[in-house]
Amino acid sequence: MTYTPNHSPCVEQNHPQFKELDQYIESLHLSPDDPRRKDTLIMTLHRAQEIFGYLPEIVQLHIAKKYSISHAEVSGVISFYNFFTTTPKGKIQVNVCLGTACYVNGANKVLQEFEQVLGIKSGQVTADGKFSIESLRCVGACGLAPVVTINHKVYGKVKPGDVREILEKFFIEEDKDVKEVSHA
Amino acid sequence: MINLTIDGQLVSVPEGTTILDAARKLNLDIPTLCYLNLEKIKYLNKVASCRICVVEVEGRRNLAPSCATPVSEGMKVITNSKRVLSSRRKNLELIISNHPFECLVCAKSTDCELQKLVWEFGINTQRYTGERSEHPIDRSSGALKRDPNKCIMCRRCETMCNEVQTVGALTAFGRGFNTVVAPAEMNPIVTSACVYCGQCVSVCPTAALTGVGYIKETWEALFNPKKHVIVQVAPAVRVAIGEEFGMEPGLPVTGKLVAGLRRLGFNAVFDTTFGADLTIIEESKEIIERIEDGQDDLPILTSCCPGWINFLEHQFPDLKYIASTCKSPQQMTGAIVKTYYAQKMGIDPKDVVVVSVMPCIAKKYEAALPSEQTYGIRDVDYVLTTREISKMLKEGSVNLNHIQDEDFDNPLGFSSGAGVIFGGSGGVLEAALRTVYAKMTGHELEDVNFTSVRGMAGIREAEIQIGDRTIRVAAVSGLGNARKVLEKIQRREERYDVIEIMACPGGCVNGGGQPYAEERDEIIEKRMHGLYQIDRNSRVRKSHQNPAIQALYEEFLGEAGSKKAHEILHVTGLMSESVECHH
Repeated sequence: MTYTPNHSPCVEQNHPQFKELDQYIESLHLSPDDPRRKDTLIMTLHRAQEIFGYLPEIVQLHIAKKYSISHAEVSGVISFYNFFTTTPKGKIQVNVCLGTACYVNGANKVLQEFEQVLGIKSGQVTADGKFSIESLRCVGACGLAPVVTINHKVYGKVKPGDVREILEKFFIEEDKDVKEVSHA
Repeated sequence: MINLTIDGQLVSVPEGTTILDAARKLNLDIPTLCYLNLEKIKYLNKVASCRICVVEVEGRRNLAPSCATPVSEGMKVITNSKRVLSSRRKNLELIISNHPFECLVCAKSTDCELQKLVWEFGINTQRYTGERSEHPIDRSSGALKRDPNKCIMCRRCETMCNEVQTVGALTAFGRGFNTVVAPAEMNPIVTSACVYCGQCVSVCPTAALTGVGYIKETWEALFNPKKHVIVQVAPAVRVAIGEEFGMEPGLPVTGKLVAGLRRLGFNAVFDTTFGADLTIIEESKEIIERIEDGQDDLPILTSCCPGWINFLEHQFPDLKYIASTCKSPQQMTGAIVKTYYAQKMGIDPKDVVVVSVMPCIAKKYEAALPSEQTYGIRDVDYVLTTREISKMLKEGSVNLNHIQDEDFDNPLGFSSGAGVIFGGSGGVLEAALRTVYAKMTGHELEDVNFTSVRGMAGIREAEIQIGDRTIRVAAVSGLGNARKVLEKIQRREERYDVIEIMACPGGCVNGGGQPYAEERDEIIEKRMHGLYQIDRNSRVRKSHQNPAIQALYEEFLGEAGSKKAHEILHVTGLMSESVECHH
């Protein structure tokens, strides 16, 4: 989804995802004259990424307009945080923690196993758009190291041998699970 | 007042003063790099990112950046201790460890503030080598060149673009060592909100932001015997180019510049000021028609400045329709050269090359727009900045200090004082008022000086009595100020009849293509005074009294606003359909 200046805003107005985002933004009662309106920008970006799965330019422009700030400013904030992504992720997002505690407990081997089973590298999406893998740094559950999160679910003390079993569930009950997780 | 000592000297300064400013009061020149204060245009960059201005403050563990540290009572500051000097040197050496060593062939060489500091510090070796950032160079706009490899993250451009101009084209993208100042999503600048005002170029300490150059293309045209090469010179160039030859800022060097350009081999040297007079004839007709007809499409907004027109299109598309449809003086001059002049000389317009010398970066972008053509031929082929033409003069062995004045060529060489003042903020409005007054009342003005619309203030408003009508006008410079005025118009809080808007604070005298000057407040004013001086000494001070313009209408265009005038001198279809949602 690339934005061109001639892109019709009608798409945004009738789109359920944009409607959801707008409802959230409206609840913030932004005032264009308030210099502190930007305080909530990161929260809104979080929400937008939850809704859309990623932050494409059309979403960035939409948010910039709502906040009366430039697209560049929104883009700059997004680029600063690893958490935000501007490329689509899979419906099922596998995040392997490579923070210190997880790493020393063999998280890199867990990551390798996910890569092998799904046939993609970290940062990539499977061809059917279903799975993506990312590595991240510390989710604050070091006691459970190594930690893997899949969408909103946390898996602790994961061993390479557990990977197939974890994924099996997503392969089999795919439709049900996808729905559950994407609207979690 | 706060009392403190700096290097053992007592000084009293008002509360809130920075150590840097207090030191300057004592004539202590603490070196700076990222810091920049241009008071007249309300520009202040003190992000304290370069750490070149650090000083030692007694009782503090860390060195303090003097540009961003306010003074306090009894403070004891040392600006040149061993620790200070070695820290500054180390910081500078670290900055240049990630900077290309290509000063010899760099566009900014001898005007580079980084180079100057390195030279002043006597750094003669590259002490640190390490990872280097590598980014593609962006020439996508054909106007503004971005070379992020030369960026030192001083953030001056961001402050200019976002705070003063409120364009919002640039951001710091990424994090840590990989951060790069770029448009949103690191997209090519041509797809961004950039308007090419070039004010970022004026404040960039290095060559990270410059103009896209057309010197090579111009020389090639000049040495091509099949081409008839015309040059036109904008008003603001003549009061600034002297600086490149060591002359006093603001000194008008019109005759010398004309002579110099002729030495370079241009077949004719014309004056963009002629095009400015022509703009006034066409625009004043529009102004009078709109004032007399109705109120719906007022105020009329001037269209001479392409940076401003770009801003209008990007940021206020709903107001696009109230802008004048007149092409800018650069484009009008080019169009008349390729129609009237070519016809008169019996030359095929395809063999005519129009080069213009402009104080501007946006003019490069404007000249390449598809709408800026006449009968399918580009009005202007190459746009050079004041800086570029001074390089060509130097390469072509022309020293403006040692050349006799010469006159512009005819028929596009005669111009009025009204045309010349286009180069400063308020000038277009004043020039238009001189003509509008005469056309609306049937009387000529005795005193042509509308001093209320002159000056450096960002927004200047006035009420002008024309016959039994009072018209409300404003002269605005700097796009942040333009935004304020346009928002008032959108909210219908203010009513104006005519508004002149220039993208650069102060107008073209402070254009993005003018000679570099770090602290330029005073220089801009001197250039502006130079323009008014030319106007004062002009034989003709009203555009409609310019005999060359009168002849052009008699011989070629018919009357102001004629069908032919519209075909050649106005834009149609430039304003793309605005996107509205009807659901």
